[in-house]
Amino acid sequence: MDFNLSREHQLIQKMMAEFTENEVKPIAAETDLNSEYPRENIEKLFQLGVMGMCVPKEYGGAGADPLASAICIEELSKQCASTGDIVATHNGLCCDPILTHGTEEQKAKYLPMLTTGHKVGAFALTEPNAGSDASKGQTEARLEGDHYVMNGSKIFITNGYVADVFVVFAMTDKSKGTKGISAFIVESGFPGFSVGKHEVKMGLHGSPTAEIVFTDCIVPKENMLGKEGKGFSIAMQTLDGGRIGIAAQALGIAEGAMEEAINYTKGRVQFGKPISKFQNTQFTFADMKMGCEAGRLLTYQAAVLKGQGVRYTKEAAMAKLWCSEHAMKTTTKALQMFGGYGYTKDYPMERMMRDAKITEIYEGTSEVQRIVISANMGL
Amino acid sequence: MKIIVCVKQVPDTSGKVAVNPDGTLNRASMQTITNPDDMNAVEAALKLKDETGCKVIVVTMGPPPAAGMLRELMAMGADEAVLVSAREFGGSDTYATSQILAAAIDTIGVEKDDIVMCGRQAIDGDTAQVGPQIAEKLGLPQVTYAADIHKDGDTVTVQRMLEDGYMTIKTQTPCLLTCIKELNSPRYMSIGGIYATYTKPLETFDYAKLKDHKLIDASTIGLKGSPTNIFKSFTPPQKGVGVMLEGSGKETCEELAAILIKKHII
Repeated sequence: MDFNLSREHQLIQKMMAEFTENEVKPIAAETDLNSEYPRENIEKLFQLGVMGMCVPKEYGGAGADPLASAICIEELSKQCASTGDIVATHNGLCCDPILTHGTEEQKAKYLPMLTTGHKVGAFALTEPNAGSDASKGQTEARLEGDHYVMNGSKIFITNGYVADVFVVFAMTDKSKGTKGISAFIVESGFPGFSVGKHEVKMGLHGSPTAEIVFTDCIVPKENMLGKEGKGFSIAMQTLDGGRIGIAAQALGIAEGAMEEAINYTKGRVQFGKPISKFQNTQFTFADMKMGCEAGRLLTYQAAVLKGQGVRYTKEAAMAKLWCSEHAMKTTTKALQMFGGYGYTKDYPMERMMRDAKITEIYEGTSEVQRIVISANMGL
Repeated sequence: MKIIVCVKQVPDTSGKVAVNPDGTLNRASMQTITNPDDMNAVEAALKLKDETGCKVIVVTMGPPPAAGMLRELMAMGADEAVLVSAREFGGSDTYATSQILAAAIDTIGVEKDDIVMCGRQAIDGDTAQVGPQIAEKLGLPQVTYAADIHKDGDTVTVQRMLEDGYMTIKTQTPCLLTCIKELNSPRYMSIGGIYATYTKPLETFDYAKLKDHKLIDASTIGLKGSPTNIFKSFTPPQKGVGVMLEGSGKETCEELAAILIKKHII
C-alpha cells in the first residue's frame, strides 16, 4: 500500500494550488457577495484542461483519472466552494455519464463540446416531489416518430442557467416505476427548453442553481443515454462518482477554513499571547487536522477504486458523508475562533460555513449516505 | 526554428530564508522555485511556439533534483529539456556557469533561425551576467531587458525597458534575449501537459559529455576555477521601525523638514 501521490498527481496538486491562490482566492468574496458566476475562471479552467479532464484525449480531454479530478476540486474549494462545485458537476455529473453510457456518436458529438468546445455541463434529476426519493420524478418523455417530447421541470440544478448540455432523467413508461426512467442528453438550445427560477441560496452563491423547464421539448431519439428504462441505474451510478467530487469539495472547504483559522489565531493576541498558544485552540486544530486527513484517505480511496473500475458505492458514500460533516464541524469551530470578526463578511469564515452546509444535503443527504453505506453492509 | 531557454532553480525567497552559521544559504532547507525572470523567458518562448509551431528546449545547470523543475516547464509546453549536472560544475560563478551553459547550448546546436532566451537575472545572485556572457561566448547578438518580442522571419524586434524609457532594437537570428517580468504573465501547467511531461525527452549533460567542448576550460569551471571569490557573507541587520507622520498641514511639513535636515538629507 502506497500513500504517496504519483508524480503527475503531485504536479496537478501544485498547479491547482497556484491557480487557486492567484486566480480564485482574490475574487472568492466578491463572487459570493454578488452571486456572480466566476465565468473568467471557468474559462481559464477549460483552457488548462481541468473542465472535462477525465475525458479521453480522442474526445478532447486529458485522459486524467478520478483522483486527479478530486485533487482539483479539493484545491479550488479551499478558497471558493462555488468554483469547486461547478467543476465537480461538469466533470462528475455530465462528462462522466456521457463517457460511461454514451454511444460512440454521442461521445464524439458531446465530449468535445464539453472539453475543447468550452460548453458547460449539468445534471438534472431532482424535482419538487422527488429529492432523496429520486424514483418519484414526474418529468415525462414520450416517443413521437424520430424524437421524444419532454414535459416537466427539474429543480436545484447546478450550472442550471449557464450550462449548454444537460443529462436529464425522465419517465418513458410510468407503469414501470424506476424501470420506466430513461436518461437523455438535452441541449439548452432544443425547442421547448427553458430556464425557470434562479435559486437564491444560503451559500454557494457563485454556483448558478436554477429550475429548468421542458415544455413539449423536442429531444432527438438518438439522444437517449443508455438503454430505455436504465435511467435510474445510470443516475445512481453517476451519483456514486459525483459523491467523490462533493467529498473533495467538502474536504477542501474544511482544509481552507482550518488554514485561515491557523493564520488568524497566530496573529490574534488576547490575554497577552496569540490565541494559537492556548491549548483549547491547539486541541481543536488537532481534531480538525485528524478529520481532514481521514477524509482525504476516504476520498482518495474512493477515487482510486473508481479509477480501477471496481465497485466503490460504499466508499464514495463514506467519503462524502465524512467530509461533509467534517466541513460543517470545522467551519463552525473555525468561525468561533474568529469571534465577532468571523461573523462578519470581512473574513471568509461565514462564507465557508454557509458553503459547507450544502455538502450535507446535495448529491444525497447525510441520511441517504447512511442508507447507502448500511445497505452495502449486507444488512 | 527552435528556442533554447536557460532557466535556474532558485530558493523561494517568499518563504523563510535559511542561512548557515558561515553566512552561506542553507539551500537544502529551503523550498525552490524556477527563477521568476526565467519563467517570463519560458512564457515568451511558448508564445512564439503557439504562433509558429517552433520547438522549445529548456536548459538548466544544477543538481539532479533540478530535473523536477524541467518536468514542470515541459508540463507548461516546452518540448525537450537538458539538465547540465556534474560535480565538476558545482560552485561555478557566473563566468564559469556561462562557459558551461554556452558549451551545452552549442552542443544542442544553434541554427540560423534560433533564439536563445534567458531571464534578466536570478533572484539569488542578482548579477544579470550569465545571459550576456553566454551570448559573448557563442558570438551571438544580444538584446537585454526585453519587454516585448516580435519575430518576423529571421528578424527579431525587441522593445527594451530601461530606467528612463524604451529602446526598440531589431536584430538578426540567431540571437540571445534576456527577459524581464513586464514581458508577460507565465502560464500554468496544463492537465494535458502534466500527463505528457514524463513522456518528453530529458537529457543529462554530464562532465564527460561537455569536457572536450572547445568552450570548456577545465581550469576555469567549478568552485576552484571560478574567478569570483567571496570574502564575507552576512545577513544584514534589520532596519529599525520607520517613523510615520500623520497630517497634511504646515506643522507636519515642518516636522518632516526638521527630521530630514537633522539627518542631512536636505
